[in-house]
Amino acid sequence: MKTDIILSGVGGQGILSIAAAIGEAALKEGLYMKQAEVHGMSQRGGDVQSNLRLSDQPIASDLIPLGHADLIISLEPMESLRYLPYLNKEGWLVTNSQPFVNIPNYPEIEKVNAELDKLPHKVVLDVEAIAKEAGSVRAANIVMLGAATPFLGLEYEKIEEGVRSIFARKGEEIVAMNLKALKAGYEIAQSKQA
Amino acid sequence: MGKHLFLGDEAIAQAAIDAGLSGVYAYPGTPSTEITEYIQGSPVAKERNIHCKWSANEKTAMEAALGMSYAGKRSLCCMKHVGLNVAADCFMNAAMSGINGGMIIVTADDPSMHSSQNEQDNRMFGNFAMIPMLEPSSQQEAYDMVYEGFELSERLGYPILLRVTTRMAHSRAGVETREMKDTLPMHCPEDGRQRYILLPALARQRYRKLIAAQETFEQASEASPYNIYYDAPDKSLGIIATGIAFNYLSENYPDGFKHPVLKIAQYPVPTEKLARLVDECDEILVLEEGYPVVEQQLKGLLSKGLKVHGRLDGTLQRDGELTPDAVGKALGLTITQYYATPEVVEQRPPALCQGCGHRDMYQALNDVLAEYEGAKVFGDIGCYTLGALPPFRAIDSCIDMGASITMAKGASDAGVFPAVSVIGDSTFTHSGMTGLLDCVNENTNITIVISDNETTAMTGGQDSAGTGRLESICAGIGVDPAHIRVMIPLKKNYEEMKQIIREEIEYKGVSVLIPRRECIQTLTRKKKASKK
Repeated sequence: MKTDIILSGVGGQGILSIAAAIGEAALKEGLYMKQAEVHGMSQRGGDVQSNLRLSDQPIASDLIPLGHADLIISLEPMESLRYLPYLNKEGWLVTNSQPFVNIPNYPEIEKVNAELDKLPHKVVLDVEAIAKEAGSVRAANIVMLGAATPFLGLEYEKIEEGVRSIFARKGEEIVAMNLKALKAGYEIAQSKQA
Repeated sequence: MGKHLFLGDEAIAQAAIDAGLSGVYAYPGTPSTEITEYIQGSPVAKERNIHCKWSANEKTAMEAALGMSYAGKRSLCCMKHVGLNVAADCFMNAAMSGINGGMIIVTADDPSMHSSQNEQDNRMFGNFAMIPMLEPSSQQEAYDMVYEGFELSERLGYPILLRVTTRMAHSRAGVETREMKDTLPMHCPEDGRQRYILLPALARQRYRKLIAAQETFEQASEASPYNIYYDAPDKSLGIIATGIAFNYLSENYPDGFKHPVLKIAQYPVPTEKLARLVDECDEILVLEEGYPVVEQQLKGLLSKGLKVHGRLDGTLQRDGELTPDAVGKALGLTITQYYATPEVVEQRPPALCQGCGHRDMYQALNDVLAEYEGAKVFGDIGCYTLGALPPFRAIDSCIDMGASITMAKGASDAGVFPAVSVIGDSTFTHSGMTGLLDCVNENTNITIVISDNETTAMTGGQDSAGTGRLESICAGIGVDPAHIRVMIPLKKNYEEMKQIIREEIEYKGVSVLIPRRECIQTLTRKKKASKK
């Protein structure tokens, strides 16, 4: 088992919380893991990415080679496209559909969508809208995690456990809401995969 | 003991605690900050009363670490690469005095300049000071090197420079920790005066000792478990891989190395192992993250008789961090890319946060300076450096910590008017105060803006050394209190701010303007914490 994942978004969107949830689940599985993050200046509203590698064998490089990523998880549609050179031929791209516009020259969203349409394997979803339906817009990242789950190489139940342990101290109500968000994302991804 | 998921920085911190650390001294700087933060958050560190407060700058940090080592205890000193420039005076001379309690200096270099002004490779500094160096190739090695490094430092009698780069510092992996050792009791050196008083007569002796110690350092490298020779059948090429470059090399040979490989992770370079590689192989490829340090040593000026490839002959790109792809290309392997980044993707540079006080400061400053033709604004290092980018385009320079004040001074001396300096509160106490004294002593015609957000914001909101005392510090240095003007940078105060800026530019002497409003990030975090 080996899954190479690139997480992307805009500084402050919270890609690292998604990485942490996956990492938690992978660790419980006894898998090897490496995760390279970006800190510092680049976090201030700029593009951010994290390389997350899971494997049942020891992992050498902290960075994923070009053309090797099995999965791109992005909280922002234009940012999902930035890392396409890393995606392998059969790789999946799972992205939020809603643009984060903090630059004056942000492209027309139709043009971004046209590029996404060209990809053979993708899940594009409005994570905030789905999260709102599940109970709170704050669970948007968990919807994204759910949508990415079918491609992680980890069992859904393990991810569920990870989410449970992250939110445990916030009470059963918050846990239940996040599990609902996770499931909503998961089901959408599964329907696209079929 | 057990297995933990650690950033490279955290592995270093935990290893230091486990090795019986008594104090960490540091000034925040990407990618080194998390080492000290980890120790600050560690319950064991608290229980053991391990010193972990931030220092005013890297030089004060290193001197304090040397003092703790003098008193017989194990000390750690952490900084980003350019921080070692600030601490260089102490660094070079700590190699002369040597140490008492084990001392490890961590330099976190930032090739590709993710968050820095240059990509200097501090292995050059290690060679310059002639002390042993460690450069881990994995988070586990980072842990082991620090855990054992204090003893190595004590055994050799010198500080050890541990070098990591961004990808090691900021990447997580599983790390096996070891048994926690006791801290050392205080014991000052008996021959202290012979070693620590670097008067010329004594310093000459110490330098000869340091020169003589080089052989011991090399023997330690030769015997080091981190320097490993991997034999392989195809001897048309021999590969040297230092530090993290070893990971990228391994990534490209998942089924084992095709050519002999010398992994170097402890310096000085183990010359016997190196000689074996050179003797057995036709050509040599050197893979290093950073400058071609080993490559240059191996090649010499004329590189007669030896075919060496690497950064110097263009086999690898001369600048920037290594990647598995760059290494693969240097090995002649095919890199397959299936998709390209579509043209529609635009750059998304970092920017000042919405609601940040620096924004309001720059807006008011820009409006006033538009009234003057020859205005120059000398910037400094911190979030406010982002004032260089649109929409503000407000600064003309950003060189090093504190340079805003002194460069504005020199420009003013040359006739520039208005000569304005923009510096943050933490950068001011780091390296701005001495420059201010120069200005005061000459009554330089200068306007200094200390944009005070009451924290060290860029690195994530660490304590700032002068919080609550900036006016008294400036007055103490000798600025006329009538020209120390505090304001609250908010849109509703623009007219008042502009009036003050205008008045102080027109004042022929040293003015200090202090726009003060808490960092929006630390404020948000505090609000969140109080809700819980």
